[in-house]
Amino acid sequence: MIDKTKISPNKFIETYTTMVRIRQFEDRVYLLFLEGEMPGTIHLYQGQEAVAAAVCANLRREDLITSTHRPHGHAIAKGVSLRSLMAELFAKKTGCCEAKGGSMHMGDMDVGMLPAIAIVGGGIPVATGLALASKMMHSGKVAVSFFGDGATSEGAFHEAVNMGAIWNLPVVYVCENNLYGASTHQSKVMKIKNVAERASSYGIPGKVVDGNDVFSVYEVAKEAISRARKGKGPTLLECKTYRRGGHSRSDACRYRGKEEEKVWLAKDPIPQARKKLVQLGVLTEKKAKEIEEKVKKEIKDAIEYARRSPSPEPEDTLVNVFVGGEN
Amino acid sequence: MRRLSVAEAVREAIAEEMRQNEKVFCIGEDIGIEGGFGGAFGVTQGLSEEFGHQRILDTPIAEAGIAGVAIGAAIMGMRPIADVQYGDFIFVAMDQLINNAAKLRYLSKGKIKVPLVMRIPVGVSGRGTQHAQSLESLLSHIPGLKIVCPSTPYDAKGLLKSAIRDDNPVMVFEHKLLYGATGRKEALDVSMDVPKEEYLIPIGRADVKREGKDITIVGLLKTVHTALTAAKRLKKEGIELEVIDPRTLVPLDEETILKSVKKTGRIIIIQEDNLFSGWGAEVISLVTEKIFDYLDAPPKRIGPPATPVPFAPVMEKYYVPDEEDLIKEVAKIMG
Repeated sequence: MIDKTKISPNKFIETYTTMVRIRQFEDRVYLLFLEGEMPGTIHLYQGQEAVAAAVCANLRREDLITSTHRPHGHAIAKGVSLRSLMAELFAKKTGCCEAKGGSMHMGDMDVGMLPAIAIVGGGIPVATGLALASKMMHSGKVAVSFFGDGATSEGAFHEAVNMGAIWNLPVVYVCENNLYGASTHQSKVMKIKNVAERASSYGIPGKVVDGNDVFSVYEVAKEAISRARKGKGPTLLECKTYRRGGHSRSDACRYRGKEEEKVWLAKDPIPQARKKLVQLGVLTEKKAKEIEEKVKKEIKDAIEYARRSPSPEPEDTLVNVFVGGEN
Repeated sequence: MRRLSVAEAVREAIAEEMRQNEKVFCIGEDIGIEGGFGGAFGVTQGLSEEFGHQRILDTPIAEAGIAGVAIGAAIMGMRPIADVQYGDFIFVAMDQLINNAAKLRYLSKGKIKVPLVMRIPVGVSGRGTQHAQSLESLLSHIPGLKIVCPSTPYDAKGLLKSAIRDDNPVMVFEHKLLYGATGRKEALDVSMDVPKEEYLIPIGRADVKREGKDITIVGLLKTVHTALTAAKRLKKEGIELEVIDPRTLVPLDEETILKSVKKTGRIIIIQEDNLFSGWGAEVISLVTEKIFDYLDAPPKRIGPPATPVPFAPVMEKYYVPDEEDLIKEVAKIMG
């Protein structure tokens, strides 16, 4: 159950607002893509908002995260500005990667998010290295690596989590298990039911949590992050969740059963959270509406900003390959 | 001055940099184990006694992990020197090096630096197909990585120190037969006087290892020595080879190469790395694109056949280009 004493009302509202912000951002971006206003492809985060919002709510600005090909939610939750995210999607110079990255590489080191690493599992060793440096430099920073269920079949996952474990590094491995690696169901690629069971082979705690319940994610993330910060080593968190949409822009999800979709889509993390917050007396329906309106304005502002921002110059291609010169 | 082998020069460079900067550390397989090997080639032997196991960090056998963890640590301001034993094992770590080390700065508006040094032992040394490959051309193909290939103890120390101080990912290739191993008859003794005092060799500057007026020979790592041996023999016949050692492929010191070819009018590349899409083709393209008119003879490349590296000594000898191959080509061109 939710222990109101453990989270301040402001934190509740802030985390809830983050979820709403991610949802509205993604819904709007989806339409903009369909309308052809944005180039490239997108992997949207609707349905998984509780994970990014609750985990990042427990992080400090200087803590670090690595993300995946589906990074919009993590970026918003870690505090990358909506304007720079939207501008990146519009391929504008004001984008968070100066239009070098696009949807799959969002990030901003100023708020502790590496450019998202779009190779499945590729960010897990890097996050472990961020944590190694934190330990060596006594900086007190925690690293969080977000990845999907599919990434846990990668060698990089095994190599990195093992290193994090043997060196007791301040890192938290957050697996967002949305049941599918692209179109392939988890049951086809692993014999275990819970990804978190893999933790036992590294001698670290593995926790399964309802990834659509922001309060549950908040509790376990808080514990894991605090454990990491205290030098007690990593935790593998498995957040069971579901993509509301397809793997990428063109995916009609014909591989998912209608019944399964019905069950999961009914467990939408945002109305669930709103209902609980109202019950707790932290939120009113009126306040919830206000949050939605406020976020709507933020998104509108971000879109306008992106539209009026300049495109990069073609020659900007040449910049930032090497430190101190271009060859 | 005292004579050092390449292994000793590399070790000294690491130790000097670790003493000066607490951010520098080594990470790799079997590098600091007491009673162990000091890495596959003894380079880090004894370093854990001075610097402790926190800074000479032994890892599981996990090359992708080593590279990725080193990249993460480098992003945070540490200066890792990563070691994967044999260069051939680095294929396991390619995703980290190519997709992350070489690209995260580009994606981060230049906010990220990846001051990573990856030490990569290469070259044929009697150990067969998967402990023999040359990878310098392959990695030079990736924008965002610097490529350093020292052929002597002096260069090895000065270049490695520069690599450690460089804010970019630097791939340092070391040839296994140049380390100074005793007890391997095919190993070369290239030990030489190396200053005890501090010096740096800038990355991106070639070295004229021998001056000569007749033909420019460009070699790398062990083939620099092959060229020098051939040059000694040809001198008796009145032919003066100019031997250029680029020392770094990325960035490439074009000027030194072009200047030499302008003087000699002839160029032969001798490389142990595969010819197809190899660094020698790049050097010849450079020459033909920029100073074609200076050439008095068609450029030539000498290298291994397009096969995996064989084990049998008789086949291995056939595979690796040697001074006989070079002398033959020189004769043809001068003929």
